[in-house]
Amino acid sequence: MSMISIRNVSKRYGSFQVLSDCSAEVGKGEVIVVCGPSGSGKSTLIKCVNGLEPFQAGEIEVNGISVGDATTNLPKLRARVGMVFQHFELFPHMTIEHNLTIAQVKVLGRTREEALDKGMKLLERVGLKTQAGKYPGELSGGQQQRVAIARALAMDPICMLFDEPTSALDPEMINEVLDVMVGLAKEGMTMMVVTHEMGFARKVANRVIFMDNGRIVEDATKDDFFGTPRSERAQQFLSKILSH
Amino acid sequence: MMYEFDWSSIPGALPFLWEGMKISLEITVTAIVVGIVWGTLLAMMRLSSNGPLARVATGYINLFRSIPLVMVLLWFFLIVPRFLEGVLGLPPGSDMRLASAMVGFALFESAYYAEIIRAGIQSVPKGQVGAASALGMTYGQAMRLVVLPQAFRNMVPLLLTQAIILFQDTSLVYVSALADFFGAAYKVGDRDGRIVELLLFAGAIYFVICYSASLLVRHFRKRMDA
Repeated sequence: MSMISIRNVSKRYGSFQVLSDCSAEVGKGEVIVVCGPSGSGKSTLIKCVNGLEPFQAGEIEVNGISVGDATTNLPKLRARVGMVFQHFELFPHMTIEHNLTIAQVKVLGRTREEALDKGMKLLERVGLKTQAGKYPGELSGGQQQRVAIARALAMDPICMLFDEPTSALDPEMINEVLDVMVGLAKEGMTMMVVTHEMGFARKVANRVIFMDNGRIVEDATKDDFFGTPRSERAQQFLSKILSH
Repeated sequence: MMYEFDWSSIPGALPFLWEGMKISLEITVTAIVVGIVWGTLLAMMRLSSNGPLARVATGYINLFRSIPLVMVLLWFFLIVPRFLEGVLGLPPGSDMRLASAMVGFALFESAYYAEIIRAGIQSVPKGQVGAASALGMTYGQAMRLVVLPQAFRNMVPLLLTQAIILFQDTSLVYVSALADFFGAAYKVGDRDGRIVELLLFAGAIYFVICYSASLLVRHFRKRMDA
C-alpha cells in the first residue's frame, strides 16, 4: 500500500496554474526525490501533501487518510507527518530543548519527562546534544536544520517531507544535514524530498520525480532517471546541474 | 508687577492629589489590560480569513480611531450610567463616572492596541505558522504558543509608548468631573485660588512620570536591538 498517494492534483493561485494534474505514489519505506527548475511547483506539491497548501482538484491520501476531505482532522494528520522546511523554522523564542518538546507535550499529550527524554535522544542522534540550552539564533544554519529534523522525528512520524532542506545552507554545512537524511532513509523512513542534491538522490532515492511548469514530467527509477531521462526538459535540467 | 507664586497649598493637598493619581492609574491599568486582551482578539479577527468577523473588527477599529477621545468619554459618561442602572437595577443617580470612564477608555484604546498588535502579528514570518501547523498544532495553539509570544516581544516598545500616551490622556476624564490627578489638582487650585501653581505642579509630575517611562522604553529598545 502507498504511504502517500497523489492523484490528479491541480492547484491555481487566481488564474495562475501552479499544479496541473499531478499524480504520484510513495510506497512505505520508499525515498522519492522531487526535482525541477524553480517555479516548477515542487514545493507547492509537497506542501499539499500535509495540507499546508490547499488544492482545488484531485485527491491526496496519506496512510489512507484523505488530506482534501473537509471532515479530516488535519492537525491530527499533520502531527504524524514530519516536515522540514527550507528556512528551518525553529521557534526563535524557545530553547532547542523547548523546540523539541513543545509539540510532543501540547499536541501528542506526552509528559514533559517523556518529551524531554525523546528530544534529547534525537538531539544526540543529530550530534547536537550539547546545544540543548541554546536558542536557535545561536546555532549555525546546518545545526538549526538538524534540530528541525530532530523536532519532526520527535513526533514519531509515519513519513517525512523535506522542502529544499539544504538550499538555504552554506555549502560546507550541506553534508552534515544530508548525512542525517541518508541515515533516516537507510533506516526505512518513508521520505519525499524536494531537493537539487543529485548526490543524495543517487545514494538513497528509489525514484526521482521531475517537475516542470506545474506538471510531473518524469517519474522514473533512479537508474532510469540518471541513465536515460526520457523528457528533453529533464535532460536539459540534469546537464545544467550536473555539469559543474 | 510680577505674579507672586505661592506653593503653600500643595503640601496639604497631597493626600487628595494622591487619591486623584490612584484614579488616573486605575483607569490607565484597566484600559491597558482590557485594551491588550480585546485588542489582541480584534487584531486576530481582522487578520482572520472569516469575512464577516474581519469586517466587524475593521469597522470597530476604524470607528474608534476616527472619533476624538473626549467625545467617546462624554458619550460613555452619558450613556453607560443609564444602561447600567437599567441592567443592574441600581438606583438612578448612582455615581458611575469611574466605571463609565474605564469602559470608554478600554473600548477606545482597544482600537489602537489592535492596530499595534496586528502589525506585531504580521511581523512574525508566515513560515512560523506553517511550522507550527506541520507539527500538528491547531490554529489557536500556533497563535498562542508560537506567533503571539514573538509578536509581543517585538511590540513591547510600542505597547509601552501607547501606555504613556494613554496615561496622559486619562486627564481628559475631567469632562465627567471625575477627580483624577489632573482633576484633583484643578479642584484644589480652584478652591485656593492657586490654579497656576497647582497646574504647574501637576504638569511637572506628569512630565517626571512620562519621561522616566519613555527612558525605560528606550532602554528596552536598545536591549532588544542588541
